[in-house]
Amino acid sequence: MSGWLPKSPKARRRLILVAAIAPVLALAVGLTLFGLSDSISYFYTPSQALAAKPPAGRAIQLGGLVEKGSVVKTADGRVDFVVRDQTAKALVSYQGDLPDLFREGQGIVATGSFRGDGVFQAKQVLAKHDERYMPREVSKALKKQGEWRGDGAVAAYQAPGSGT
Amino acid sequence: MIDEIGGFALILGLVLSLTQVVLSGAARVRRSAVLAGAGEGAALAAFLGVAIAFAALMHAFVVSDFSVANVAANSHTEKPLLYRVAGTWGSHEGSMLLWCLALTGFGAAVAMLGRGLPAGLKAVTVATQGLLGTVFLAYTVFASNPFVRLLDPPVEGRSLNPLLQDPALAVHPPFLYSGYVGLSVVFSLAAAALVEGRVDAAWARWVRPWALAGWSLLTIGITLGAFWAYYELGWGGWWFWDPVENASFMPWLIATALLHSAVVTEKRGALSGWTVFLAMAAFTFSMLGAFLVRSGVLTSVHAFAVDPTRGVLLLIILGVTAGSGFLLFAWRAPSLAPGGLFAPVSRESALVLNNILLAAATATVLLGTLYPLIREALTGESISVGPPYFNLTFTPLMTALILLVPAGPLLSWKRADAQGVAQRLGLAALIAVGAGLAAYAMVSPRKAFACAGIALGVWLIGGTLSELAERSRAFAGDWAETRRRLTGLPRGAWGMTLAHIGLGVFVLGACVETGWKVEAAETLSLGGHLKLGAYELTLEKVQGVDGPNYDAERATLHAVRNGREICTPRPERRFYPAGGQTTSEVAICTRGANHLYVVLGERREAAGAKAPVWLVRAYWNPWALFIFIGPVIMALGGFISLSDRRLRLGVGKRAARPA
Repeated sequence: MSGWLPKSPKARRRLILVAAIAPVLALAVGLTLFGLSDSISYFYTPSQALAAKPPAGRAIQLGGLVEKGSVVKTADGRVDFVVRDQTAKALVSYQGDLPDLFREGQGIVATGSFRGDGVFQAKQVLAKHDERYMPREVSKALKKQGEWRGDGAVAAYQAPGSGT
Repeated sequence: MIDEIGGFALILGLVLSLTQVVLSGAARVRRSAVLAGAGEGAALAAFLGVAIAFAALMHAFVVSDFSVANVAANSHTEKPLLYRVAGTWGSHEGSMLLWCLALTGFGAAVAMLGRGLPAGLKAVTVATQGLLGTVFLAYTVFASNPFVRLLDPPVEGRSLNPLLQDPALAVHPPFLYSGYVGLSVVFSLAAAALVEGRVDAAWARWVRPWALAGWSLLTIGITLGAFWAYYELGWGGWWFWDPVENASFMPWLIATALLHSAVVTEKRGALSGWTVFLAMAAFTFSMLGAFLVRSGVLTSVHAFAVDPTRGVLLLIILGVTAGSGFLLFAWRAPSLAPGGLFAPVSRESALVLNNILLAAATATVLLGTLYPLIREALTGESISVGPPYFNLTFTPLMTALILLVPAGPLLSWKRADAQGVAQRLGLAALIAVGAGLAAYAMVSPRKAFACAGIALGVWLIGGTLSELAERSRAFAGDWAETRRRLTGLPRGAWGMTLAHIGLGVFVLGACVETGWKVEAAETLSLGGHLKLGAYELTLEKVQGVDGPNYDAERATLHAVRNGREICTPRPERRFYPAGGQTTSEVAICTRGANHLYVVLGERREAAGAKAPVWLVRAYWNPWALFIFIGPVIMALGGFISLSDRRLRLGVGKRAARPA
């Protein structure tokens, strides 16, 4: 073997191990930092979005309650609705099939970005599979604003026909 | 009455688990064979207790006994039998009981099957397993008891979430949980080895069957989950890098690393400390998974039966169990004997690199999964880390690993001949690059990454087959000799070959599906057309269907390609009155390995028009079948390898460290 390696087999093995780990670690750390700086998306409620003013086209998540009576479905598959929190509203436009649990008055999270005209163009609309629960960010943001008719209001068990 | 027996049997299981700890611990201290036998008996009895409790709960679900709160909240009389049975583990309480059943079951299996283990090691393993059982049973009994009764039983139950009423998901939790918990044995064995201060080839041989069992079951469990998400959610995708998915994927990655490092410890006595560390980490990630899934601390698209109040308890269990395990490791690991030496180019090195890459990949997945929590704790901002992050960090690490995989088995132990290995893999490399280039030249639209993925998949399969050919001298032309050698191969070798080929099949499917998937969505009235790549879909009719516990709209479409009718997809949209919930039932036409995937969306009354319209979404998912067949081949490899090891379970005593 080459002369520059340490003589002791133990030290040599350690050196080789470090030589193998270092590039992988560097790659992993580099990619992670880059990925975390670039491909995370922020969660806003309408009022937070109003304050933070994310640039048009920047991918974010918008969460809140679907305003009652605001849902307009058109025959070409487009859906417009208003997401609101206690203080602000945002118009959301979405092309496609809404999740099965999408309902007026319910909490949802939409991923997408604001358009130049201030309308939120959603790529995906999420409601939870389990209708007893709100998306966590929505429930937390609403709790902060003091508007929370939480899980506690709905008993863990409901007689059939009485709810939902 | 049966419910009371179940509740009682569950408490009995807890007491017996505690007895198991005391008896087996005392057996180790006193070095008493009688006490050890009693401890093993207690392990078996604890399992029987929990099994009776589980059977009682299942009985309550099958007969729809709504006086049990858990049944009332999760079952319904109109539900088909399969889903009433599956409802047993559909809730938080039931799934924790399933977890305990698997935990005590594996404890009993160690106690019964571990005849070849040294007495001390076995006693400590059984005691540790009992300790885990005690902790989780105590949690189940005191914080999440499935047998809590209702004073005023309702006439009808709330029903299981309809999305969960599905054959794949009915069997998904048992596989996943047996996989998660199969790794508990590995954890116990690691703790025992540290207590005994002895980690050698025999110990590694002991760990392997349990790690293999856990890994294989976990593979099947994750695949079933992905398959369910694929055809039940109707989003056309099969993996979303959702926290719940990552929670099951991280233990799998660590178990994969463990399987490989255990080989080094078994064959060469090296890496013993690292193998012990991985053995502890594997079950720690299982518990972390249970915590993440059950506590709802992370926003997931498919979190079921979450209960934030209990999350804290699970977190404490996780912290105490894993913390004491790793403390033990920190205390005892320095006393472990160092292993044999090896050159930079050797099979040991290849396996070390495999472990480095898998560990780094796990770390990036862990960081991406927990980063929203970290960020929120530090700055208070809510963020989410999406698929782009995982694709960016995970894919390069896995690519490096895949490049390495075919070379590993060809390298010899201690010191290998790199040039010779390169020569033997030359043909496979040539075919792989050729396949990638051919795909790039011929398939439109051109996708460079997908073509690189094809090359990687072909490289994995071709390289693995090259190794098989090498071992059986297939190129020497003497077929009788080749056949003799092939039949003489140990099952472990077949298992490895299958697992690596399965990975290749998966890579091919995943890359082709991701690269060339076609998607189309349109609102159709009756007779309307939807164009999807080379296919044209026509909505012929939509009719109402009465299901056992749902009402549905079923659409009949015709898929035509080049004027020829290919198939008639019949997607459904089901409404479950019991929970007031709607689900889509996707129609999938399998064409070779390709899927034509059709989803019926909601009905809309067009303004001004007389006829209603339906939103129809369709995907052309090329080679999608490979995505699910690949992991099945991998798990099959695991089971074949396991059947080999089973024969050798008793030989644990034999070898001291070689060389």
